[in-house]
Amino acid sequence: MSKVPERIVVVGASLAGLSAAHALRAEGFAGSLTLVGDERHAPYDRPPLSKQVLRGLFSPDTTLPRHPDLNAEFRLGTPANRLDLDARTVSLGDGTTLAYDRLLIATGTRARPWSKPKEAALDGVFTLRNRDDAEKLSARLRAEPRRVVLVGGGFIGFEVASTCRDLDIPVTVLVRDGQPLEAALGPRLGGLVGEIARERGVDLRLGAEIESMESEGGRLTGVALRDGERIEADLVVVAIGALRNVEWLEGSGLAADEGGVLCDGYCRVLRANGDIVPDVFAAGDIARWPNPHGDEALVAVEHWGNARAQAKAAARNMLAGPAAGLTRHDHLPDFWSQQFGLTIKLVGLTEGADGFAIVHGSPEERRLVALYGRDGRTVAAASIDSARWLPAYAAAIRERAPFPPISDAIDQPRLRIKEP
Amino acid sequence: MSCTTLFEQVLDPDNRANPYPLFAELRRQPVCRQEDGTWVVSTHAEIARLVSDPRISSEDLPDPQKFRWTGHPITDLFIRPIRAEIRRRHQPFIFRDPPDHDRLRGLVMRAFSPERVRRMREETTDLTNELIEKFAGKARIDLVDDFSYPLPVTVICKLLGVPPEDEPQFQGWATQLATALEPNQRADEETQAKNEQCFTEISDFLRDLIKKKRDEPQDDILTDLANGSESGDDDTERMNDFDLIATAVLLLVAGHETTVNLITNSVLTLLRFPEHWQRLRDDPAVAPRLIEEMLRYEPPVQYRTRLAVADIPIAGVTIPKDAPVVLLLASGNRDPDRFADPDRFDPDRPDNRHLGFGGGLHYCVGAPLARIEAEVALVALAKRLKNPRLVEDPPPYRPGASLRGPRHLCLAFDGIAEA
Repeated sequence: MSKVPERIVVVGASLAGLSAAHALRAEGFAGSLTLVGDERHAPYDRPPLSKQVLRGLFSPDTTLPRHPDLNAEFRLGTPANRLDLDARTVSLGDGTTLAYDRLLIATGTRARPWSKPKEAALDGVFTLRNRDDAEKLSARLRAEPRRVVLVGGGFIGFEVASTCRDLDIPVTVLVRDGQPLEAALGPRLGGLVGEIARERGVDLRLGAEIESMESEGGRLTGVALRDGERIEADLVVVAIGALRNVEWLEGSGLAADEGGVLCDGYCRVLRANGDIVPDVFAAGDIARWPNPHGDEALVAVEHWGNARAQAKAAARNMLAGPAAGLTRHDHLPDFWSQQFGLTIKLVGLTEGADGFAIVHGSPEERRLVALYGRDGRTVAAASIDSARWLPAYAAAIRERAPFPPISDAIDQPRLRIKEP
Repeated sequence: MSCTTLFEQVLDPDNRANPYPLFAELRRQPVCRQEDGTWVVSTHAEIARLVSDPRISSEDLPDPQKFRWTGHPITDLFIRPIRAEIRRRHQPFIFRDPPDHDRLRGLVMRAFSPERVRRMREETTDLTNELIEKFAGKARIDLVDDFSYPLPVTVICKLLGVPPEDEPQFQGWATQLATALEPNQRADEETQAKNEQCFTEISDFLRDLIKKKRDEPQDDILTDLANGSESGDDDTERMNDFDLIATAVLLLVAGHETTVNLITNSVLTLLRFPEHWQRLRDDPAVAPRLIEEMLRYEPPVQYRTRLAVADIPIAGVTIPKDAPVVLLLASGNRDPDRFADPDRFDPDRPDNRHLGFGGGLHYCVGAPLARIEAEVALVALAKRLKNPRLVEDPPPYRPGASLRGPRHLCLAFDGIAEA
């Protein structure tokens, strides 16, 4: 690895890419800096897209602020399509090639498309990932659709459903497995959010699946469910998760697959044989890394806070000389969501939790803090409209405190440990 | 030096002018038990963590009133115990935990609206200039008595809706009652007796005033609090009179003493580093950043006391249940792990997340007002005082270690300029 990098290329011009660029300059990198993005837009913020933008409160232009002295070249609207580790080059869709001394892979994810391409192509069938999606869907919501059908029980789907209700649009949410938001919050809190969604007028169907979409002249008219029921609708929003943008890395020799780009705790990517590539780094949704707060299990954390933190760690490590030592990316995953008038926050990873306790508030108040335990340790904390104590629980999770870590606190009910 | 007696030295008035070297000693052990069983927290990360910890309570802090026989059986056996019980149950929200705290604070925030605070800017400017006009013809002033003291008390009285003719009396009460917020003076028996007397007087006064605000509502905070919101009639929408009086006293005291110190500390610091005084003269737009740095560098509230209601493992030690906890905000503000070159006064400091207004759920309600008052006052003083000099440095300090500030700040100057 060359000692002092002169050319740094960042592939992916969204939150992680831009954060890394800022961090590189803040750390004193004065060389040439290029950001490559497949979208034509300058880096923008995604969280408002499913909320304020969709509702029409914010303009779709959620461009992220850029430091006036960033001095980076943006190659926008040009996807990267090949990486050559030996030549240290990235080939772009416009036929040009960029040489790098250090490379950051931050190509993120895209919405997982509906499995039947013909149905996915119908007028009225949407996914929501980027600015253009939000702009188009927002316009269609304004055209007074008879009903919107949301497919999927994740956060994006529920935020869109919440926006529809804010706009007084009838909405049906189809959740195939278990409770809504179960993957992140577990069935108890997921069930509570589902209950709240119903109170706000959402037609929530658990265990429901689409058999087929119906159309007339290429335009969606409704969906037929597996149980035979037919729902008339003008719009279907497919929100069934994300696919990682790893295709361009095919043939590069990196350990990259649908689970993401494998990297070590210092954001350095690995080859398929497990060797570290010292001059190529990854950050954001695409990076799959050993999380110290989850027993070093490999995770890809698709959240805003991680994109920023990991980009910073990667930037620092890109510039670290042999003597300086590398910065461990030890971010405790966290995210928030706003829906149905509630702010939901989560720190830590709930996967594999075997214990659950509400430690402040109650489901009846629609205001609570809940903890998740695994093997006697506290691994995650979630809050609904009550984030004030979350920092204390985040600290407890970082310190691998017993579960539950805090009792006899102020503003706390009697604890009862249950299954999540 | 062992850290177990360091806080005692912080409380010692001899160290009032410069406690910062003691804080640096304390930070060697971020959470340190003192000989009297108090735990002192002196580093930024640990303080920031504890202000958002549900094991930290703000209730039951003041020492219980010691019983003193007055010789009047009715007073001793009925009136005083009843009063004491009422006060115990109706502490102001700075001494309350959720959920009571949240309800009371929510009502105050509604009355203490951003719009209402913004409107005070113009009035504060007029008051400031009136006070400065009075310097004309003098060669020296005491900034505390002649400026820093009268300004905030007038502002808070106007906001609350205290009639101008009652302001002097209010100022006296505010000064006395500030000792109730001062942990190292709370235990003093004489102070307690005076506070009790003073609280009785101000309560009687406020009870009458609240009645007037109900009969003839005006555009002020007391009117809003006394009448509640128009939407609801249940008691979550309105405070009872005991809570209302406690709240009004808190707003008066907290909105006063602290701002006096902020203004005085600012002038003292700026005259110690005259290049910043000059910079403020040249460019008033620098004032907000300068004030944020002042809140870090010389915070008017140096520490707050809390109570651990459960064992709290932190920074390698465990604060035991029922232990008093001192959050040494002013030390966290000088923590080199959080602020580069922390003992340097630097208004251009990036990411200045100081603890000058505390943090967590008790974050200062009056922060926006304090910022406006300090900004208006400093900009005007810098503009109008010709060639100001410190006559005595360090100046004499008031006894309080928490609400810390000069008792007097004598300035010499060569006249005043036009507004």
